[in-house]
Amino acid sequence: MRFAETGFNLEVDLSRGNIDRVETDPRMTELYLGGLGTNAKILWDRVPPETEPFSEDNLLIFSTGLLCGTAAPGCNRTIVSTFSPQTRLMAYSMMGGFWAPELKHAGYDKVIISGQSPALVYLWIDNDKVEIRDASHLRGKGAIETAECIRSELKDPNVQVAAIGLAGENRVFFASIEQGRSSASRGGVGAVMGDKGLKAIAVRGTKDVNVARPAEFMNLCNDVLKYIKAREENPVPGVMPILAGLGSPQEMKLVDEEWHTTNFMWGNSRTRRKDFWNKEIEEKWRETQENVRTRLISCYNCPMKCGATISVPGIATYMMKCFSKLTYTMAAYSDLDFGFKIAQRATEYGVDGFSAPQVMAFGLELLEAGILTDADVQGMPADNEGRFFWLLDRIVRREGIGDVLADGTYWAARRIGKGAEAFDHNTIKKHEQLPLKLGMLNPVYFLMYATGEKINITQIEGQFPQAPFPTREEREEFVKDWIQVPDEKFKQYLLDWEPRGDHSNPYYPTVEASCDIVDWQEKMHYIDDALGTCAGLSSFPLKPPYHIHNFPDFISAATGFDFDEARLWQAATRTRTLLRAINVRLGLRRADDKPPENHWKKRFPELEAKLLDEYYKLKGWNDQGIPTRESLHELELDYVGEDLQQRGILSDG
Amino acid sequence: MAKVKKTVKGITIVADKCNGCRACELICSAFHATPKYSSSNPARSRIRVVREPLRDIYLPVYAGEYTAAECTGRDKYIIDGKEYAECDFCRASCPSRNLFKEPDSGLPLKCDMCEDDPALEKPKCVEWCLNDALIYEERVEEVEEEDVSPGDVEIGVDSLIDKYGLQQVLDTIARASKR
Repeated sequence: MRFAETGFNLEVDLSRGNIDRVETDPRMTELYLGGLGTNAKILWDRVPPETEPFSEDNLLIFSTGLLCGTAAPGCNRTIVSTFSPQTRLMAYSMMGGFWAPELKHAGYDKVIISGQSPALVYLWIDNDKVEIRDASHLRGKGAIETAECIRSELKDPNVQVAAIGLAGENRVFFASIEQGRSSASRGGVGAVMGDKGLKAIAVRGTKDVNVARPAEFMNLCNDVLKYIKAREENPVPGVMPILAGLGSPQEMKLVDEEWHTTNFMWGNSRTRRKDFWNKEIEEKWRETQENVRTRLISCYNCPMKCGATISVPGIATYMMKCFSKLTYTMAAYSDLDFGFKIAQRATEYGVDGFSAPQVMAFGLELLEAGILTDADVQGMPADNEGRFFWLLDRIVRREGIGDVLADGTYWAARRIGKGAEAFDHNTIKKHEQLPLKLGMLNPVYFLMYATGEKINITQIEGQFPQAPFPTREEREEFVKDWIQVPDEKFKQYLLDWEPRGDHSNPYYPTVEASCDIVDWQEKMHYIDDALGTCAGLSSFPLKPPYHIHNFPDFISAATGFDFDEARLWQAATRTRTLLRAINVRLGLRRADDKPPENHWKKRFPELEAKLLDEYYKLKGWNDQGIPTRESLHELELDYVGEDLQQRGILSDG
Repeated sequence: MAKVKKTVKGITIVADKCNGCRACELICSAFHATPKYSSSNPARSRIRVVREPLRDIYLPVYAGEYTAAECTGRDKYIIDGKEYAECDFCRASCPSRNLFKEPDSGLPLKCDMCEDDPALEKPKCVEWCLNDALIYEERVEEVEEEDVSPGDVEIGVDSLIDKYGLQQVLDTIARASKR
């Protein structure tokens, strides 16, 4: 008997219409845990680097995390992995919601999609009964609309549906997979789903998920709940409200947007509006938000309320979380009311809330600069907000200029030429980033931006405060109950970190300390993404309930495998290294490990080179950011080393 | 009949506070698993959240008595502009729906307020609802002495008889007793 996991994957070949239930090797769980880890292993083994993202041979993997479906609070994430059409690297995308636990209860850890269906279909997983069904009646339908249609034709409200909208069907490079209040948005995973001719996966499960040592496991769960309660009653002082508590930044609950609107950039990550926020806007936005927000809601088995049901009068109800409330608003230099309206359409179409608004703002900048002309945008309305709706409609249908923009800013700029490349100024590895431009280089953030395989800062950062506390007393207070640190030295790093002077950015935290901090931060994300734990209860917030000291107990009690901190750290390191190796095999090198050129005004090339050197060293990579044979051997990844050597990517020894 | 003092356990369901996370379903199924907490499966839960996010319907409802017959009428309620089926509020394990039945056997489930030895301070669903959508209370009432209620086995056997007929159940029990 297998514990925590089901021990079975569902293999679906859409070209042949073949469906298999395949038993997995428990040894893989011990090495890679599950979720992202085992996804990466499958992609390495089965998808050669020459594979076109849009082809039969690319795999699209929907995975549960190892602890999904158990009682561990907030373990509900679905990890979607494939090769991205946009970055042409491994797409690293995830979503919360209710889908992963349902899949576990249906008896599967993963659904692995291969091939391409000749006609649009959806997959219906009802415990042991799995069918590929015609979806021609769903063509062109919105992602949420699709889920509702499927639920009503299956006559079961408990069916969980992950679906694409028009953007995915038309292979827009930043198309998302939507699922209730959640979405896997990054890396164009929705486009790959569309390329496979797969409109949706509907799942219903009524089987048990078992744990190995029940009483011990339940005590751990109860402790986490108790901690959450206490932590929510005691927000961290001295940090902005959205970072003081647990969960995703509480964008749905809170209305004070001074920080985002005056620090983040508007337009195509272009303008900072330091004086934007005032009493009048605060009142207006409060009214807007409270009028459309029906209820604060959560994902499966989680007491937080990071999402909300949004009902704007006159348009269909949808669900929202986190920062997409502002991305459209700010890209269009508009108002929150517009943000809530266009986000509804964008959610139905299924596009990434980070990339889509920036791509549209980028298009309008090109028009203003005369690189695009009126002929390119014939029929576009004159008003600002109308233009965004018009562009969104063209992009998801790949009509005219929309077809070009549908490839994202990097590829669109190269297709358009005529100097458009200079307007693609906010991508890393061809992928749009948060609209943020800052002054002084922050060494920790430099490393995360440059090297993160997720290519997305919000899913790499966490745990360590984003800025130093002004006074020593505040720092001392903060470290008092900082039990989450893997080592006491992190407390010292924080104690010594000052806003100004010798111990401030960019030379403090020191190169060594910066590497340590990033290593800890990303390691915790890798653990979450293998276990299916939401970062909002773990790797993202300050002082979270899950950490390196209690995770091994959770895994051991749930699975029956014996994990301690060292072994867990090693497993996370293994997955992190394997992801790097996958991307290296796809062509990633040191030259790609960089933040957007203008992310910081003050740059320090020598320091940055040193940061990269030391980070690579700590990771066991060579100066090109390629894992060495030696470090691969230590991680039981010799098969990776051999392959890299055979391909001439690594030389002998 | 004599008057006796009886502790009445009750849960106030503040549906307005429900965030729809279904932790109540999960912990209920884990508590009632054998061995305790060895598995989770909301399909076995004795509380279910009737949940339709797009219509803002969040309604935790507890499993009550087993009934062999379904209702003749299926009425609707409209409350604050939201339409509910009468069944949404109903606690019965009945033939008209799959709710409150063991997924394998179809046997009826019923909330037992997490009776345990030693007794819990409150049912697990209440403990696990950090949003205070479920609030537990006990009050002492004087009531008429009641008949001994049928045990779980009797309810289960009754439902099997309803489903398969007396003869088939007797035959099955006879066969089982020989094993």
